[in-house]
Amino acid sequence: MNSVNYLQILQLAAPETILTLTVLVVLGADVTVLHGKSIAARFNVGALLSILGCAFAALLAFTRHTEANVFNGLLVVNPATDFVKVAILTLTIFTILISTSGKFTNHVGEYLSLILLGTIGLMFLVSTEDLLMIFISLEFASLVLYILTAFNKQNEKSAEAALKYFLFGGMSAAFLLFGFSLLYGISGSTNLREIAIGIAGKGFDPLLLFALVTTVIGFGFKVAAVPFHLWAPDAYEGAPTPSSAFIGSGSKVASFYVLAKIFTLGFVGAEGSAVWHDYLSGWMPVVALIAALSMVLGNLTAIVQSSAKRMLAYSAIAHAGYMLLGVLSNTPASASAMMFYVITYALTTIGAFGVVMVVEEATGGDAIKNFAGLSKRAPGLALCLMIFLLSLGGIPPLAGFIGKFFLFSAVVSAGANLGLLWLVVLAIAMSAVSFYYYLRVLKAAYVADAAADAPPIPVPLLTFLALALLALLVILLGCAPGLLTQFL
Amino acid sequence: MLAWTIYITFFGVLVLMLLPRNNARAARIVALLTAIAGCVVAFVGSIQQANPGQVTTIVKVRWIAGIGANYYLAADGISLVLVVLTGLAAVSGILFSWNIEKRTKEFFAFYLALIGGVYGVFLSFDVLLLFVFYELTIIPKYFLIARWGSTRKEYGAMKLALYSFVGSHLVLIGLIAAWVVARGQLGHASLDLIELSKVHFSVGFQHWVFPLVFVGFAILAGIWPFHTWAPTGHVAAPTAGSMLLAGVVMKLGAYGCLRVAMVMFPEGMHEWQWAIAALAVAGIVYGAGVALVQRDFKFVIGYSSVSHMGFVLLGLATLNTIGLDGAVLQMFSHGIIAGLLFGVVGRMVYDRTHTRDFNDLETLQLGKLLPFAGVTFVIAGIASMGLPGFSGFVAEFQVLMGAWLVFPKLTILSGIGILIGVAYTLRAIQKGFYSDAPPKPVNHDHPMEPISIPERFGAVMLIGASLIIGLFPGLLMNWIEPCFNSPLSMFARLLVKGGSQ
Repeated sequence: MNSVNYLQILQLAAPETILTLTVLVVLGADVTVLHGKSIAARFNVGALLSILGCAFAALLAFTRHTEANVFNGLLVVNPATDFVKVAILTLTIFTILISTSGKFTNHVGEYLSLILLGTIGLMFLVSTEDLLMIFISLEFASLVLYILTAFNKQNEKSAEAALKYFLFGGMSAAFLLFGFSLLYGISGSTNLREIAIGIAGKGFDPLLLFALVTTVIGFGFKVAAVPFHLWAPDAYEGAPTPSSAFIGSGSKVASFYVLAKIFTLGFVGAEGSAVWHDYLSGWMPVVALIAALSMVLGNLTAIVQSSAKRMLAYSAIAHAGYMLLGVLSNTPASASAMMFYVITYALTTIGAFGVVMVVEEATGGDAIKNFAGLSKRAPGLALCLMIFLLSLGGIPPLAGFIGKFFLFSAVVSAGANLGLLWLVVLAIAMSAVSFYYYLRVLKAAYVADAAADAPPIPVPLLTFLALALLALLVILLGCAPGLLTQFL
Repeated sequence: MLAWTIYITFFGVLVLMLLPRNNARAARIVALLTAIAGCVVAFVGSIQQANPGQVTTIVKVRWIAGIGANYYLAADGISLVLVVLTGLAAVSGILFSWNIEKRTKEFFAFYLALIGGVYGVFLSFDVLLLFVFYELTIIPKYFLIARWGSTRKEYGAMKLALYSFVGSHLVLIGLIAAWVVARGQLGHASLDLIELSKVHFSVGFQHWVFPLVFVGFAILAGIWPFHTWAPTGHVAAPTAGSMLLAGVVMKLGAYGCLRVAMVMFPEGMHEWQWAIAALAVAGIVYGAGVALVQRDFKFVIGYSSVSHMGFVLLGLATLNTIGLDGAVLQMFSHGIIAGLLFGVVGRMVYDRTHTRDFNDLETLQLGKLLPFAGVTFVIAGIASMGLPGFSGFVAEFQVLMGAWLVFPKLTILSGIGILIGVAYTLRAIQKGFYSDAPPKPVNHDHPMEPISIPERFGAVMLIGASLIIGLFPGLLMNWIEPCFNSPLSMFARLLVKGGSQ
């Protein structure tokens, strides 16, 4: 046991520390200086402080080039984890920007600081290789998400959604813990790399398989993969829209990063195979199964939704299916393709939720028919919506298309003799289906006419700037994906 | 230089988006100027290209290193023909939609975005880039039809968008699989069409990939039985929309079949040659037969497009130089003639009479009311039937000659399709313009607006193009023939064993 150097730990966790301080500042400012001010003013100042903190933390993580591993994998810092943290912080900044026009709460300081706290949890989650730390930070982030979901006190649905989310999340935590404890029992360690050594050569061990399946179930809940997705549509619909955006973006990036880490580091030798007609039991066929189910069910169910947020929830489920393909192909190329996909997806999703939020506040609902005539009532907003939804549908030259191309080509390359092509064929077929429901919203926005007396929709300046920036990013990353791939 | 067709067109889109909302006149002029500039660049650039038999690089820079994608624009004779066609179609389409009053600037923005994508497809020699431009055209098509169309426009638009999207996804599956296999063989990732055309994919692989990619593209070319989007889409679209759909968008599909599917998987093409020829002939006969019994004027033209595109596919399936020459020329010819037919029916007739039903049109005696429209339609009809002197004759004749060498029986069948073609065209001329039915008293309160100047310009331009190519086919054949004749061309492997030369 090496002697503990707390100063070094503080240095390694500097981005997280900065964010923690930011939380205190935001909370403090909200109860002192901003006391009695209007909600909008409190939101703007609070957001400014939060964004400054995030940007500072991101800058720090981006510019340092540290490699460190303290306490046997409890805290791992390297350029890869730092970049994922930068991505998460960027997503948080955008989430905060779109939340500034929110009218769902008067607890502004608490709301913003909860988002920041969730971000801290996610950042710890990505920089660890230890099961215990993974569990703690995942649960910490999840707890924050439950609260964020329940934040709209005027809306019964919000409370219901949070309760549902909480119960499902609690159950998934139990599954995860169960799987983790079995893994510890088998291998005698909580460190992922040591687990891999511990389980090596065990082959077809029923206990290991059981541990594996419970771990997959646990994470299946977290990333809302079918058949563990039932909480997602209600949570997305009931939660205040910025919370939904946060659930769909930052937490997705971190969850997928750590999920891939667990499988590729911890389950070496237990891969099995998902190649067509050549299955071997292991984690790959299990993940292949839930990926396939997510893609099919998510996309088909999204077709019949009348609420835009529910539609986005089911589309998130479908996208989780595509991302799981990247996890299960288990090559360096597929891992970086998956990260590209999940980051661009997260940016796009925040944008889509941002548009939904503006429409919701102006028209009183998020039904697809509320988008009617958007191209006339708010042309800029409609254009942003078009870019986000087409990117989600995988239309070039937007980021969603190039992400799909990276991901699917990496998946096909991973299986010998095009063995994983069946999953890619399924994914591409389902993405053709997805085009239909994205186009339905755009049809409302661009083709349908609004009621004759419908006034223009006011778009808050800050929100619009954030959305325009996101739309630009989506186009830019689609045309020049090298800007992002060089870091992955 | 040709790359500027793309840039100018997209720049036009940008300018249109920045225009004030209510200034329809400015939008029209900007759109027309953009289209003319694109057309002029297409012409000059094509004429300047010294050696149409060779692929001449316009620009080639690394785009995405990891997957071997380049921003690679280039042109050979086939690209030149289609780029010129796109230029002509773009200008005439705008002339025929001069009367769009509803959200004019958005209309022309979508219109030019579509044109820009089409130019891009014809000039891309990187598969991914080609695919990007190809998919880029889907969205403007959808909105043009759904927003400014007529009869069941939302249904027609959605059907077209979904068919295109499903087709392009079939292509995507094939491309990803081919990319992976080619990387194994080349040792590096590549999406360069010329490089990929030299890769020898195993016959077993081509056996299943080829039909995927070919049919994926051919859906947009209106291959039977996946043609059903075409009539509904054409009918639902606004005039300029149908002109572009028939004029250039269907060519995108046929071009993709030739440039991507057939070049990358020549053995697969040889294996499936008969099936494709059979489907093509089925399309020729079926399209013509259905066109013969339509009551809606526009449906006649819509189904005739399916029939004429069948000739393109038949020409591709011959795999000999005459047939392929004919197929490419037919793409040009049909683009011009179908554009003209849709222009007459959609703009000159429907926008004035507000009906396309033959029963109503018969009582109107349009031949007398709108003599210019009548004469234009007769000329276009004659060109469409394939009478000598017009481009259609040269093209279809070559296709049939090529087909005769390979599949004589099918060629006879397609001859029947031509005969039915004469019948439905004559029927349309008679019922649409020169009917014997007793005339309905003319409503003198609302006299028909006379044929406007832009319409006349557009019509004369298209008739002229068809006539010039009909009389001097060498103008285009000098571009097309060297592409297939050169033993070094990317099509060389395609022609090795299939045709009797």
